[in-house]
Amino acid sequence: MKVTIDGIEIDVPKGTTILEAARMIGPEVAPPTMCYYSKLKTSGGYCRTCIVKVTQGSTANPNPMPKPVASCRTEVMDGMVVENTINKEVLEARKGVVEFLLMNHPLDCPICDQAGECHLQDLGYEHGAANTRYEFPRREFEKIDIGKYVQLHMTRCIMCFRCVKVAEQLTDNRVHGVMHRGDAAEISTYIENVIENEFSGNVIDVCPVGALTDKTFRFKSRVWFTKPVDASCDCKKCSGKVRLWLKGNDVLRVTARKDQWGEVEEFICNECRFERKNTADWKIEGPSPIHRSSVISQNHYNHLNELKVQVMKQQKALGFMDINKRP
Amino acid sequence: MGRKLLIHNDKVPGINTYEVYRAHGGYASVEKALKTMQPDQVTEEVKKSGLRGRGGAGFPTGMKWSFLAKPEGVPRYLVCNADESEPGTFKDRYLMEKIPHALIEGMITSSFALGAKTSYIYIRGEYFYVARIVEKAIAEAYAAGWLGKNILGTDFSHDCYVQVGGGAYICGEETALLESLEGKRGNPRIKPPFPAVAGLWGCPTVVNNVETIAAVVPIVNMGGEEYAKIGVGKSTGTKLISASGHINKPGVYEIELGITVEDFIYSDEYCGGIRNGKKLKAVVAGGSSVPILPTELILRTAKGEPRLMTYESLSDGGFITGTMLGSGGFIAMDEDTSIVKNLFTFSRFYHHESCGQCSPCREGTGWMEKILQKFLNGTANESDVDLLWDIQSKIEGKTICPLGEAAAWPVAAAIRHFKQEFIDIARSKKFVDISHYDRLNKLVRA
Repeated sequence: MKVTIDGIEIDVPKGTTILEAARMIGPEVAPPTMCYYSKLKTSGGYCRTCIVKVTQGSTANPNPMPKPVASCRTEVMDGMVVENTINKEVLEARKGVVEFLLMNHPLDCPICDQAGECHLQDLGYEHGAANTRYEFPRREFEKIDIGKYVQLHMTRCIMCFRCVKVAEQLTDNRVHGVMHRGDAAEISTYIENVIENEFSGNVIDVCPVGALTDKTFRFKSRVWFTKPVDASCDCKKCSGKVRLWLKGNDVLRVTARKDQWGEVEEFICNECRFERKNTADWKIEGPSPIHRSSVISQNHYNHLNELKVQVMKQQKALGFMDINKRP
Repeated sequence: MGRKLLIHNDKVPGINTYEVYRAHGGYASVEKALKTMQPDQVTEEVKKSGLRGRGGAGFPTGMKWSFLAKPEGVPRYLVCNADESEPGTFKDRYLMEKIPHALIEGMITSSFALGAKTSYIYIRGEYFYVARIVEKAIAEAYAAGWLGKNILGTDFSHDCYVQVGGGAYICGEETALLESLEGKRGNPRIKPPFPAVAGLWGCPTVVNNVETIAAVVPIVNMGGEEYAKIGVGKSTGTKLISASGHINKPGVYEIELGITVEDFIYSDEYCGGIRNGKKLKAVVAGGSSVPILPTELILRTAKGEPRLMTYESLSDGGFITGTMLGSGGFIAMDEDTSIVKNLFTFSRFYHHESCGQCSPCREGTGWMEKILQKFLNGTANESDVDLLWDIQSKIEGKTICPLGEAAAWPVAAAIRHFKQEFIDIARSKKFVDISHYDRLNKLVRA
């Protein structure tokens, strides 16, 4: 099936969504996502950041779709023409969505563990406005400990439902979900029940913001002061392929490996994540690939940094686009 | 007098019981359909009748039925949407309360057409007593052999169940209704797939409004072509209108589609004019979510033609100068009504009823309510009007289900047609309530 996204044509198999097709073309045209997660079935469609305009439905029916559609949940048709970054209406709508997502977000990035690897930060930086027009008190919740390792801070939650899908699809016993409705809706466990199962830690990785955080890492360090390396071990429960976040020789944190879209490559078990905090437990494979625009790369790859400064100077002199702007 | 097809017997004593209903020609459509017609013929009659969904969207019913996927070995369902929660709409309640057998008769005939062996009537939680009435009627229908195995000795068997909702507006959205019916949280599903392909428990399902299903009865009885003669153009048949607001005779009226709005408001047969001799200020013609129109635009279209009570005429001029027939919740407001306060009431409702699934609606509805609250407090600025306009434009069309639009349209229309009222409040920094309700409240308090 041929589909054209922002003027670039690509051939994709039947059943591919617009978002997947856009990701195949590359990050220049891929819409941002906050709730979609390719590894979790039925995720997506809620946050509306990935909305795009379909200007031609298909070759058979060339009419445009009347409303912008969620690209993560809309399958491509043969001959479909999609506009993402070249459509002003889409960018304006996305700006609106970012404003809605940030409206009740506390913006406590200075004390949030997620800062530096937060998708909402990236999204706000790329698509949001500098100021908020919301002048009312923001929504607040009490922090809840859900189990030994995970803390839930609902105030920061943007209701992406990813953790609910993890609980549904990865673990055998779903104990948390959504309570209440509208802007009072919250992710919660019934009567503050704890989440106890082998894979519960993955809710931390899928959380795009700092609503679910690792209690063994809370307030230990800013992520950009730690150095990510890929490591592995022989684990009976999971693949054992992880990312260690080191400070000197101390393992401050263990997470799953994430791909270019910020999605977990393989889910890992709680033992790997929370219990194996010695470098001796791991076989270190080498430094993790981190996008050069990420704040995490700041302190580790000095030669790259110098190179970047030079390139930036050159580009600025020539009037090119800022390379720091993440595609 | 216009023809009445749905509630012509509503004043007959005991019409809610089986014997009286049957004595007045009830269940004739089931007899006719099961004994003399094929299922496809029934669908064909409904198509010919031009019946359009009475729940709000006005989608042609016959077409909806023909979209129903019919794979072998998979059950099909008919679900009746009796989750009538739109503010200003109370026609389904009237119908179910007065003539419950009309709905059940429609359910059987429609299920026969669709080949559904099981059907559900999803009644909103607040209508608990109505659910009891309908359940009693179903029991009577079972006892008389209209439901159950081999109805009228044919090989058509059918079971009908009542399910009472938890009282959420969102469960009136068809996919949320199905989720709720399945015992889950009533969140709208992402479409496609549409219910006609994968609905209740993943099986093909048709979801129809109470009035739509009840209208199948006269269509089968009189024939689709005969039914289509009533009305104007693509708006055929009769429609129940829930008239409320500052009119002399509020209530449920059955009208022939095609009478003028002026007639409907001022004739003694229907609303009987505005009460206390006041002037009409504005009308919400189809339930709280459709755009409000000022008097000059509701009585006449922008072209100067008289506006009719039809799907087409009411939506003439799009949302700039038109509105929608919607569910037929006709709310008239007199000259003393504050549009801002009215809008606040609507916005508060949509904020309260948003399911919280997608971000524009979850956050935006609350924001709009808070800004409107500022107007009522007299603390709003002129820029808040533009902000409101911007917020509604960022909700509309960006959400999973139509609740986002339902919340955005009233705001857009109120600002479009009554912007001066907002600006006056913002400039004077005070909100003077002049509505009847508040005067009444003050009197009571005094």
